[in-house]
Amino acid sequence: MDGDDRVLDDRNPGVAPEEPTASVLSYTAGLGLAILATIASFVVSQTNLLWPPGVPVGLVVLAFAQIGVHLVFFLHLGSGPDNTNNILALAFGLLIVFLVITGSVWIIANLNANMMGMLINMPR
Amino acid sequence: MTVATIEAVPTELARGRGGGGPAPTRIVVAYGFWIFILSDIVMFSGLFAAYAVLSGNTAGGPTGAELFNLRNVFIETMCLLFSSYTCGLGALSAERRQRDRFLVFAAFTFGLGAAFLFIEISEFAGMVSKGAGPSRSGFLSAFFALVGMHGAHVTSGLIWLVYMVAQVVAKGLRPHVLRRLLCFSLFWHALDIIWIGVLTLVYLMGVA
Repeated sequence: MDGDDRVLDDRNPGVAPEEPTASVLSYTAGLGLAILATIASFVVSQTNLLWPPGVPVGLVVLAFAQIGVHLVFFLHLGSGPDNTNNILALAFGLLIVFLVITGSVWIIANLNANMMGMLINMPR
Repeated sequence: MTVATIEAVPTELARGRGGGGPAPTRIVVAYGFWIFILSDIVMFSGLFAAYAVLSGNTAGGPTGAELFNLRNVFIETMCLLFSSYTCGLGALSAERRQRDRFLVFAAFTFGLGAAFLFIEISEFAGMVSKGAGPSRSGFLSAFFALVGMHGAHVTSGLIWLVYMVAQVVAKGLRPHVLRRLLCFSLFWHALDIIWIGVLTLVYLMGVA
């Protein structure tokens, strides 16, 4: 295309670098792993397979595992040098997501704990 | 493809990190769209945070455990998973310039996405008719905001898919159409990733 194949291009997110057959294989493997993780999530939430207080932690772990499967097999994010920019952008996005969610939950939980005396008098 | 084998090339020449001149349009377009998707996920994180904070505030109204039907949620999840799969296979067919196979996979992607949307809308309609609409409690406001925003994204994805199919039929698989298809498949896979969060936080933790 641009005639200079001495240069290793950055890889764009969402594109598989392998041969076409390997890509079909990677999508199929991703689908299988994602289905396994989904079924495991439903089983964990509906049975007593896990120690009940540990169920939310188990669900979060399974969700992160499945998100990882989607990123690697469907979005083809890898650790190669051609993926550095994509991974850096993703890492920054995850940092913001983490700050927003844990920050909100933490602050509001604190607020609720400190406002307990008022809540008793308030209509629910 | 322009991607050279990794063994043959010193890695410090990777473009976008100072070596080898400007990157091809395809790389730039997809990277820009990747940044958009990440900003969209940051927007969703606000809704996730609101739901996490408000999920206990049912104001005496129905709770998630009373409202959610996990069998439907499982079918919805499978619809989205398989539509992500057919979307990926469609993107592969398009890259290999197999127009007819792309159209078949696009039809499957659309059908599965529409099935997801149909189940979700009937779930919403059932909740509203039971008096559990978004104005009932803080929990339900946050639920409809978060799940409804994901549903709105799926709707716009379906409209975009129809538009892409029309472009492929009218223009063929030209490079700029392929770039738009690449952006679409990024968008569609990202929706699936957001659904994993919705499934875990809203449905599975809400019922467990």
